[in-house]
Amino acid sequence: MKLSTFKIGGVHPSGSKLSADQPIKVMPIPDTVYIPAAQHIGKPADIIVQKGDKVKVGQLIAKSSGVVSANIHSSVSGTITAVGPVPDPSGIAKMGVTIKVEGDEWMEEIDRSETLDTNVDKFSDKEIIDRVTAAGIVGMGGATFPAHVKFTVPLEKKAEAVLINGVECEPYLTADHRVMLEKSEQLMVGVKLIMKAVKTEKAFIGIEANKPDAIEKLTELSRKYAGIMVVPLALKYPQGSEKHLIKAIMNKEVPSGKLPIDVGAVVSNAGTAVAVYEAVMKNKPLIERVVTVTGNSVKNPSNFLARIGTPVNLLIEAAGGLPEDTGKVISGGPMMGKAATNTDFPVAKGTSGVLIMPEELAHRREPEPCIRCGKCVDACPMGLEPYLLSVYSRKKMWDECEEHYIYDCIECGCCVYSCPAARPLLDYMRLGKSTVMGIIRSRKK
Amino acid sequence: MSNLLTISPSPHFKDKPTTKSLMFGVLTALIPTFLVSLYSFGIGALVTTLVSVGSCVLFEWLITKYLLKQQPHIADGSAILTGVLLAFNLPSNISPFIVMFGALIAIGIAKMCFGGLGCNLFNPALVARVFLLISFPVQMMTSWPKPIESRLSYLDAVTGATPMAAIKAGNLSLCENANFLDMFIGKIGGSLGEVAAIALILGGIYMIARKIITWHIPISIILTVFAFAGLLWLIDPSQYVNPLYHILGGGLLLGAIFMATDYVTSPMSATGKIIFGVGIGLLTIIIRLWGNYPEGMSFAILLMNAVVPLINKKFQPARFGAPKTK
Repeated sequence: MKLSTFKIGGVHPSGSKLSADQPIKVMPIPDTVYIPAAQHIGKPADIIVQKGDKVKVGQLIAKSSGVVSANIHSSVSGTITAVGPVPDPSGIAKMGVTIKVEGDEWMEEIDRSETLDTNVDKFSDKEIIDRVTAAGIVGMGGATFPAHVKFTVPLEKKAEAVLINGVECEPYLTADHRVMLEKSEQLMVGVKLIMKAVKTEKAFIGIEANKPDAIEKLTELSRKYAGIMVVPLALKYPQGSEKHLIKAIMNKEVPSGKLPIDVGAVVSNAGTAVAVYEAVMKNKPLIERVVTVTGNSVKNPSNFLARIGTPVNLLIEAAGGLPEDTGKVISGGPMMGKAATNTDFPVAKGTSGVLIMPEELAHRREPEPCIRCGKCVDACPMGLEPYLLSVYSRKKMWDECEEHYIYDCIECGCCVYSCPAARPLLDYMRLGKSTVMGIIRSRKK
Repeated sequence: MSNLLTISPSPHFKDKPTTKSLMFGVLTALIPTFLVSLYSFGIGALVTTLVSVGSCVLFEWLITKYLLKQQPHIADGSAILTGVLLAFNLPSNISPFIVMFGALIAIGIAKMCFGGLGCNLFNPALVARVFLLISFPVQMMTSWPKPIESRLSYLDAVTGATPMAAIKAGNLSLCENANFLDMFIGKIGGSLGEVAAIALILGGIYMIARKIITWHIPISIILTVFAFAGLLWLIDPSQYVNPLYHILGGGLLLGAIFMATDYVTSPMSATGKIIFGVGIGLLTIIIRLWGNYPEGMSFAILLMNAVVPLINKKFQPARFGAPKTK
């Protein structure tokens, strides 16, 4: 059988899924956690605790501050020692809460039992969304878009299907893979809840063919859950991009500037679906997540279940320590992750992995002249012309950037990945994209 | 570990090919053709190729270092490739001075004057070939060494007609007796690198398999030539030759596989590449049949090179999520 995938562009980086066979290990609770107030796209949450306050696990410490924002809960029990800057991968400390851990006391209403609860019928769609909102769930694939906003389908629109993103097309990362294997039942119930929330009877779980065990297990399980279908997909990056997953599974293209719901799709990450299960069925807010710590030089590439706010250097220690020759530490995967200036930054809701690269791979190659080979054009999954856009952008030709649809760029990095001359195409395109988006916004005012 | 971590915007991962590896990939793909030309034309092929490569590299080095006062980057292999392709477009019994002159035109005029690697509008090796064709018509067009038998001679090689010259001369009977097998394995007269279809096709398959080039340009050229020449042949076989003769003879395969696919001077999008290939195919046959020259490939490619910027403008890649009404 030919596996489906998206049509235009895409690249095939080697998977390097070093930690695929490593079961999820629970990280010990650290002595101190640092919880940032901005762990989602949108407005940072408003911190509602003060220095000296005692908090329990699951207690609300920062409230959603607008339409696109999300609640944040304490991931530990203890005393707030500071409300102020906490470490950030960028090296510029951001607003947050520092908690000194004392014991592990949870809020009473959280059901900590392992028993599976499949009775989705006891909640209405509104109750599901309310619980997701309260639990502060955001997209855990890395984009961190608040989940309740996505699940609230506008009145004039209709969701046709829920798409669960189990693609994990970024090389090295295996967090979603392990979650799908080890929390399969919870995932299925989570999908059911999302289906109910967006009022549809159909759901597809898209998984790339390099995870045959997950495909098999979930396909087996899906027989018990009406309406859920597992779709194996051919390997191609960036299939985990919402638009490309929709194209691969439903063969629909989200028009430029529109949202998935405009073609009837609600896309959610596999990890997010499990978080939805825990939030709705167990009343458990998003206080921990699975993080892959990996890299060719890492002694024991692993998947850890870590409390939000755990400093990343503890995870690296647990994976065998920071290798001698480390030159780069990336929060996320190698294609879209952010290079960190330090290893003190905490695990946040969107931290899917920590990738450690040796010094010799940490640097970019010296750019050479463009030989107009067209590889960037072939690789672009949005059908753009990176060679041209980067030049327009470098020359500040914003009108031309707009005429060539620079705003469609999803910053996946395929162009740079494929460029034999090592040109910094995406750096210029980001500049052009943000400038053009600014111009378009100012025009509307 | 150094205390400082490197930071840079994503992606942090790169595919292996580099400009250099791609250039050397094309050179590797040219090895079978070179071996056949050594077999067919012997010493002449060796001398012409060495002189051409040597002078292209030398001129690029001199121009970059002393005229432009920049760091020369010979190691990227592009000057070597231009040298090889220029040699493959020349007869093997040509004077080395003419070859050197051609190299100066290719590198000096066609490449460096336009700004060096990546900036030239026209294929440098073809500019040089056409320049020599017009400047030295006798040496470039009339005396083609006979394959095999002139292996041990160079400037004094025994010469004969090429298939394309035979068509031009209206000597269709020669074509009727054409032995396609000879054309396939290089036992015909012609430029160094155009005589063995099998070696060229092998190189093409290698380049497509290694993703150095895509199929669009060579296939669209070959199909266009086959369709156009085939149509004429069906209409009047007494006046036009079997289309296979057009494909296997002359510089068509060398041009389609190695010259027209030059990155710098070909279009960027898949549709653009097909338009480009169809244009080359049509122009080649038009020039071969109704033009003044027996061989039309070089002119066809150069003419289509000129419209590449327009093709790029008109035929943009298929855009994801483009509005349907447009």
